[in-house]
Amino acid sequence: MSMPAYYTTKDKIWHYAFRVICFAIFFFLLAPILIMIPLSFNAQPFFTFTREMLTLNPEGYSLRWYRDFLGSESWMRSIRNSFVIGIAATIVSTTLGTLAALGLSRSEMPAKGLIMGILISPMIVPLIISAAGMFFFFSSINIAQTYLGVVLAHAALGTPFVVITVTATLVGFDQSLTRAAANLGASPTRTFFKITMPLILPGVISGALFAFITSFDEIVVVLFVAGVEQRTIPREMWSGIREDISPTILAVATILVLISVALLTVVELLRRRGERLRGLSPQ
Amino acid sequence: MADATADSGLTGSETDKRGRLLTSDGTPLRRALERANRRRKLTAFALVAPLLAFILIFFAFPIAQMMWRSVDNPQVVNALPQTLEVLRDWDGRDLPPEEAYAALHADMVADLERPRREQKIGPLGIRLNYELSAARSAISRTTRDVASFEAPYSEAFQNAHRLWGDVELWRIIKREGRSLTLSYYVAALDREYDEFGNIVKRDENRRIYVALFGRTLALSLAITAMTFLLGFPIAYYLSILPMRYANLLMIAVLLPFWTSLLVRTSAWIVLLQQQGVINNALVAIGMIDDSGRLSLIYNQTGTIIAMTHILLPFMVLPLYSVMRTIPPSYMRAAKSLGATPWTAFRRVYFPQTLPGIGAGGVLVFIISIGYYITPALVGGQSGRMISNEIARHIQQSLNWGLAAALGSMLLVGVLVLYWLYNRLVGADSLKFG
Repeated sequence: MSMPAYYTTKDKIWHYAFRVICFAIFFFLLAPILIMIPLSFNAQPFFTFTREMLTLNPEGYSLRWYRDFLGSESWMRSIRNSFVIGIAATIVSTTLGTLAALGLSRSEMPAKGLIMGILISPMIVPLIISAAGMFFFFSSINIAQTYLGVVLAHAALGTPFVVITVTATLVGFDQSLTRAAANLGASPTRTFFKITMPLILPGVISGALFAFITSFDEIVVVLFVAGVEQRTIPREMWSGIREDISPTILAVATILVLISVALLTVVELLRRRGERLRGLSPQ
Repeated sequence: MADATADSGLTGSETDKRGRLLTSDGTPLRRALERANRRRKLTAFALVAPLLAFILIFFAFPIAQMMWRSVDNPQVVNALPQTLEVLRDWDGRDLPPEEAYAALHADMVADLERPRREQKIGPLGIRLNYELSAARSAISRTTRDVASFEAPYSEAFQNAHRLWGDVELWRIIKREGRSLTLSYYVAALDREYDEFGNIVKRDENRRIYVALFGRTLALSLAITAMTFLLGFPIAYYLSILPMRYANLLMIAVLLPFWTSLLVRTSAWIVLLQQQGVINNALVAIGMIDDSGRLSLIYNQTGTIIAMTHILLPFMVLPLYSVMRTIPPSYMRAAKSLGATPWTAFRRVYFPQTLPGIGAGGVLVFIISIGYYITPALVGGQSGRMISNEIARHIQQSLNWGLAAALGSMLLVGVLVLYWLYNRLVGADSLKFG
């Protein structure tokens, strides 16, 4: 924004000072995440820049922590686990969540407020309480320390995000379209797959991505419900930080940051596409 | 509208003799509509039902079951039925009479005859130990020899372990001889029962939880305040920028939001530790001396810094969405009417941002009050929060009743705050990214 001509010196100082403050805060937000990327190429087992790194000497840099990561049996297993559990939980929560959102956005839905409250409670209840409750319950029905247990737990934690995003998509949904389809002789199933689904798909996909990232990033429930076999990436990082902190963590972190950048891009594109499709924003 | 219960015989016409509208098959229109409406309601409900059942079974029920543990107290009742019967008339002043010891002997012998998996004495020892340390060893030592005890039993028991001559243990057995108890909550509030059964404060040096709740609240408030101080300027800046630049800068807010929690926490460990980037940089530019490295982590400072960073997006996003809707012309109008920029900001702009501040503030506060991971990794001893204590009681001290009592108190607090949040903004307005 350019400065208006009538600004006094004091206004000008404030104008610049404010921007400096803002960029300092943006720096605070980004720097901790970005600083790990160069540090992950450290040739030494330190969490700080060595003299060689600062002078840009190639000897100060290496890929040893990436080799370490790729060569480690437990890290590789944790990647497999994170994806298997994340995808399974996402399928469960997206299916159930989308159906529920369709029901909740019908005007005839009874006790909407109460049901919505129950459905989004996994997002509100502190994770430690959910995790403790699931730990006791899953142990009593013998699914603690199994993949099934972790998947069910993560599916429960992911559903509120699906319900909320899909419900939000349905707010702008033109109900006359489904009525028109019915009028033209389509069965409710056909109407759903031919008319409703394509229109709410961006919302469903971004809900699914939220559910996936919830599971992918979840650690508290994993700490309580998962066994050694089901350790996910965050769980492995947790032990890495607590037990033997080595720069391998930074290599993992760098890879995870790249994954989040990719996810963020997809969600943002979907959001714009969804808004355009529903005609909410001119473009 | 008229009461539509009676049927009429007039089919095929548009109204019956009482003047009610009919459909083509002759049912009163009102009833046909009601039926259709009921069917639609059922369809809507059927869509929601699978998820509702799933959440109730795998989420709500486990939590309810865990909360039940905070009052559930079956151990003494199950293990010592005869003893409790005798103790019913005991006044609790002096040691109980010989019959109580005899009943205790009978109860313990009866328990030994049960199959090992069904024995009740083990859980009894654990339960009594929560109230009186050493009670567990008293029970287990006595169990070993109890089969060979002979009358007088009071002597035999007191010889086996000195605690059986302690009236305190008997009072606890009598007090906890009910299937529901409040003693976990009493302990969670740093209170205990005195010899007359009144609830009194614990000794100063044994009070933990009230202070910990206080610290959790204080830390959460500090974190909320920090996110507000840092979030307000950038939300405002984003809101006055043209959309194109705002979307670009928004990445700075959204990238941390989407980055793994463990990644962000380890980033702060890397930055803040004594041999970390910040301390090294400060030493290098001579601000601090090598021996005077700052302890920025494994204490409250570490918890506050890392959690402020982690929760800042939750403050910025609601603030930004509110600020976007405030027309800039209001400020201009205020200024043209003679207000100084500060007055215009304070009297005109700021009040309009209050819904966003409320929403962001309550959201950050709710999340931070139940936070577990970051305080556990960077909090050290002084940055621990109530969640860490709950986890400790579940995983290490195995006092599940106390963990459940602390958890229930936390949960109630969070639900009250959430209700408040809902009143302020409505749950539907939660947005992510």
